[in-house]
Amino acid sequence: MIIVENLYFTYPNGVEALSGVNLRIEDGEFVAIMGQNGAGKTTLVKHMNGLLKPTRGRVLVDGIDTRRVSVARLARKVGLVFQNPDHQLFSETVEEEISFALKNFGYDEKTIKERVDWALNMLNLERYRRISPFMLSGGEKKRVALASVLAWDPKIIILDEPTIGQDYMQKEKLRQFILQLNQQGKTIVVVTHDVEFVAECNPRIILMKQGKIIASGEAEEILTNEDLVKEAYVALPEIAKLFKCLEEYGFPRNVIDVYEAADLIYKRLRARNERI
Amino acid sequence: MSVFDGFKFRSISSPIHQLDPRAKFVYVCVLFAVAIMFNNIIPLLILFLIQIPIVFMAKVQKEWMRSMKGSAVFAIMIFAVNLLSLYFYAGHETFTSILERSLAMTVRFIVLVQSFSIFFLTTSPDMLGLALEQSGVPYELCFAFTTAVRFVPVLAEEAQTIIDAQKSRGLEIESGNFLRRIRNYIPILIPLIVNAIRRSLELAETMESRAWGACENRTNLYVLKIKTNDLLLILFSLLLLTVSIYVSIHVYIPPLTSLLM
Ligand SMILES: Nc1ncnc2c1ncn2[C@@H]1O[C@H](COP(=O)(O)OP(=O)(O)OP(=O)(O)O)[C@@H](O)[C@H]1O
Ligand SMILES: [Mg+2]
Repeated sequence: MIIVENLYFTYPNGVEALSGVNLRIEDGEFVAIMGQNGAGKTTLVKHMNGLLKPTRGRVLVDGIDTRRVSVARLARKVGLVFQNPDHQLFSETVEEEISFALKNFGYDEKTIKERVDWALNMLNLERYRRISPFMLSGGEKKRVALASVLAWDPKIIILDEPTIGQDYMQKEKLRQFILQLNQQGKTIVVVTHDVEFVAECNPRIILMKQGKIIASGEAEEILTNEDLVKEAYVALPEIAKLFKCLEEYGFPRNVIDVYEAADLIYKRLRARNERI
Repeated sequence: MSVFDGFKFRSISSPIHQLDPRAKFVYVCVLFAVAIMFNNIIPLLILFLIQIPIVFMAKVQKEWMRSMKGSAVFAIMIFAVNLLSLYFYAGHETFTSILERSLAMTVRFIVLVQSFSIFFLTTSPDMLGLALEQSGVPYELCFAFTTAVRFVPVLAEEAQTIIDAQKSRGLEIESGNFLRRIRNYIPILIPLIVNAIRRSLELAETMESRAWGACENRTNLYVLKIKTNDLLLILFSLLLLTVSIYVSIHVYIPPLTSLLM
């Protein structure tokens, strides 16, 4: 469980990136943090594994104040996957890249091998095992970065912009994968601008603006509230846009799921056909 | 990071920022020469003090304090080394004079850092490149110079992100014995270097696609001109230099302690 209490953070250059954030993320929850560029999303998630320490207020991870423990200790619980994989890839092979964290945490040879195999398999990277991570495409590098964090099986997984540069297939796989992890009881926090991706995942949404949380709630409520979404510089999902136009014909407003939308429209059409 | 901020150009408008980089360069050179000319604390303190109004005129007090704080560690080291070596090797000097000479060396260092700090805080890399260009340095070299200067903060920021990313993967930089600690830097240096090389290649490509070097005779939108204020600064610098040379040859400078007593 992550508890953020009245968190303020100012960067050394004087930019106040967070001003009074309160947030509670329960175990097993799936949360998406959204908001305009520079809203403070990355800054917020960097507090969750102790990379940044609060200027004011505090952050508790499973009851532990992040100021009290090292990043390495928190990282075992909280896996943070960075926005840009180029900031972390350095090994000669993908395999070594994934085992780096496992070695740091002091796992034994056998476990390391098992975990690496598992992660490679999970993210469909088997065939790149002995290839240099620098030879891979942008999307593949992102998956290696993700695998290198998932490998140690952290209880809380934070993904900063996971969908950037991923093609449709990979995005869909990523979504399935995230949902699967969530079902296994992992807490998932995703930072993203990809509103369609979020609409399909249907997590709890947290909207940020200028270092503050301006709204928090179910995706169906938040992502269909045009004023709110506009304030946070987020686009409405396509389905929500459609149903906004259909509102005057008596359709409900808070729909973001494609299948639900199709169902509603289908029922309406059938009812009309029956009348004729 | 914060120490670098004490040398990083701050784009604000002030009389000092508007000075010609060449004039400021003359001033800094003179300060350097004068600071090295004297061993006594009084002239060095004067050098330190005359720069303070300049700092305030340039509105860079905060950043200047950064550079001063950052250099404090080195200043203390210089002081300690001087004190110890003079104490053990100078022999016949009194302790107060040793103290004063060590202090003088420390103040000299601070003056050097201070003038550097003021120069770089108030001179944009572009202006510096322009000054080089107008002094006859080939444009390719000027461009390389300004680009290098401009990418320093970018690189510093990137290094921080890389450190963060690796720490999130359980890397403890400060752990282990000496060799281990050096090895801890590999996961940070490799991405940093790879990214720097990639960026330079990309920069070359973008420059080519924007027709870099298309015309033989390149002209500039801005042309540096020496204005009245610049002339005044240069005159002041030359005056400072001549007076200092004269004083250092003909005038006996009493130690500070003898004045105080
Ligand atoms: N290392 C840093 N030093 C100083 N200021 C920073 C630093 N990193 C971020 N900031 C500033 O803090 C604010 C919040 O940045 P942050 O990276 O958290 O935004 P974000 O919501 O993740 O944006 P994006 O959607 O672009 O990733 C911005 O104003 C940014 O300029
Ligand atoms: Mg971000």
